[in-house]
Amino acid sequence: MATVEVPGSAPTETVRVRARAPIPWHVWLAIGVVVLLAAGALAAPWISPFDPDRTNLLRRLRPPAPLGGHPAHWLGTDQLGRDLLSRSLHALRTSVAIGLLGCIVSTLIGTAVGLAAGYLRGRVDAVLSVIVDTQIALPYLLIVLVGLAVFGTDVHVLIPLVSLAGWESTARLVRGQVMGVAAQPFVTAAEALGARPREILWRHVLPHVLPVLLVQFTLNFPGVLLLESSLSFLGIGVQPPTASLGRMIGEGRHQMLAGWWVVAVPVAVILAITLALQVIGDWLSDRLDVRRR
Amino acid sequence: MAGAGAGSHVGGLAGFLGRRLFRAAITVTAALVLAFAGARISGNPFDYLYDDALSVEQRAELAAEFGLDRPLAVQFAAYVGEIARGNFGRSIAERRPVVEMYAEAVGPTLVLGAATVAVTLLLGLPLGIVAAVRRRSVLGAMAMTVAFVGYAVPHFVLAIVLILVFSLGLGLLPSIGQDGPLHYVLPTLTLALGLAAAVVRFTRAELLAAMEQDHIRTALAKGVSPAGVVVRHALPAAMLPVVTIVGLQVNGLINGSLIVETVFALRGVGQLFVGAVQTRDYPVLQFGVIAYALVVVAVNLMVDVCYGLLDPRIRRGG
Repeated sequence: MATVEVPGSAPTETVRVRARAPIPWHVWLAIGVVVLLAAGALAAPWISPFDPDRTNLLRRLRPPAPLGGHPAHWLGTDQLGRDLLSRSLHALRTSVAIGLLGCIVSTLIGTAVGLAAGYLRGRVDAVLSVIVDTQIALPYLLIVLVGLAVFGTDVHVLIPLVSLAGWESTARLVRGQVMGVAAQPFVTAAEALGARPREILWRHVLPHVLPVLLVQFTLNFPGVLLLESSLSFLGIGVQPPTASLGRMIGEGRHQMLAGWWVVAVPVAVILAITLALQVIGDWLSDRLDVRRR
Repeated sequence: MAGAGAGSHVGGLAGFLGRRLFRAAITVTAALVLAFAGARISGNPFDYLYDDALSVEQRAELAAEFGLDRPLAVQFAAYVGEIARGNFGRSIAERRPVVEMYAEAVGPTLVLGAATVAVTLLLGLPLGIVAAVRRRSVLGAMAMTVAFVGYAVPHFVLAIVLILVFSLGLGLLPSIGQDGPLHYVLPTLTLALGLAAAVVRFTRAELLAAMEQDHIRTALAKGVSPAGVVVRHALPAAMLPVVTIVGLQVNGLINGSLIVETVFALRGVGQLFVGAVQTRDYPVLQFGVIAYALVVVAVNLMVDVCYGLLDPRIRRGG
């Protein structure tokens, strides 16, 4: 296992970039699935065959076209006659947008907190630990509910709320990494030369934490995406008529006897995206050799 | 941050536990306050229970009955005082003592939880060992598949897939209700697969790390059979992180059971709490939050104690 220096930094114990190995086929497959789904989500308004919210009571609960449904509805229709393909594409768009933004916010918060706790230690560290403990000890459902009650049920409110879910694991990870890096001689040297804490964190510590953050982001993203889906599934996330994958599954599960495809289509989309992201995340963390707990 | 005390330097296990208990007390107090405030900020139960169909006088009468017409400070003082006396109030929706409602609901939840932990360990530990020792066998591949799928797929999706396959497709198992042991199979599998995935991953990683240690190589060199080495030497060393993981996943398990009980229509604690959340039934909601915080804090404390007992470095105060 040859080790290569991360450009512009000294090698540390935790981050090693291996000499280039070919990307295995299953990772290519996962990348393909993610690219395809992302393109579908991006282009949803233009490629959807129908308006996702338009109901058509004459075409209720039609099975997917290959199974004998209406030829215009490739993946069938739901209990209100809405086209499932169009709805899934729009739902994916909503879910991915909320998941992505939520994940970015949560990574930023977690990184800031982790840097502060890991570098400043002492009281800052203790106070932040108590906050993390308290958040873990509260049912997440309650936090979300209070947030929605105070700030309204708008989609924009959901983003900071879902970002509350992953920040503490990022913070914990960054804190550990920072403690390791801060003990290195070059940090001590920078301190001795009179560099201010902000400079040390920004110029010397952060670059070492970045690869770990990248992996954490890939591993966190499906979680945040699914969190939004779980909330919408319970009926307290994205509000109707906006389509969200979780909401489609939550409403579709009451139709399972009448038409299994109503729930199977969004389930298949969620399975595809989470499994593909998991494959990529696993591969990335192996490749960057990040130790995670 | 559990485990942060691993490098504790003051006063051995007693001091270590003292600090943990202090932090746990702060956490539970915060939960007590936030339960009260959160319930009231998130809405009014009368709006959700009676759909705005109440006259002004009826609302006033109900508010007076449950003490919700008093100033917030007075309500809070009464709330803390009553809890100190062990009284958690009556449900606004059902007009019954909250404790009685939770006592009725706790049975199915405990059965589900116990079955989940049992299935998790029965499935996760052997598969984890196989995944570490016989990586290239069929069983090993199966183990890694469980670890992978269980880790990535969320509870509500897994629940739906299991219902589609085993209830609707094959017609083998009931999907909703709680009339017999068969009704618990799918909910248990839903919760256990995710947890087992974590156990497989950690058991495998810790075993692989343990197998490279000097005392293991010595034992092998002295002629102890490989199976004996795994069971007697490597496994005990690997148990510590596995215990932590199962402990730390308990809040995930509780959150999962909120969803699983809703999907499978099990009348357990989770469904009671989700119902109270949807109707803003303050007393039921508050008791749920406090109980949740107590369980999570207690489990974290237990994990810390296990750490202390299993790792002599912490017991001695390192």
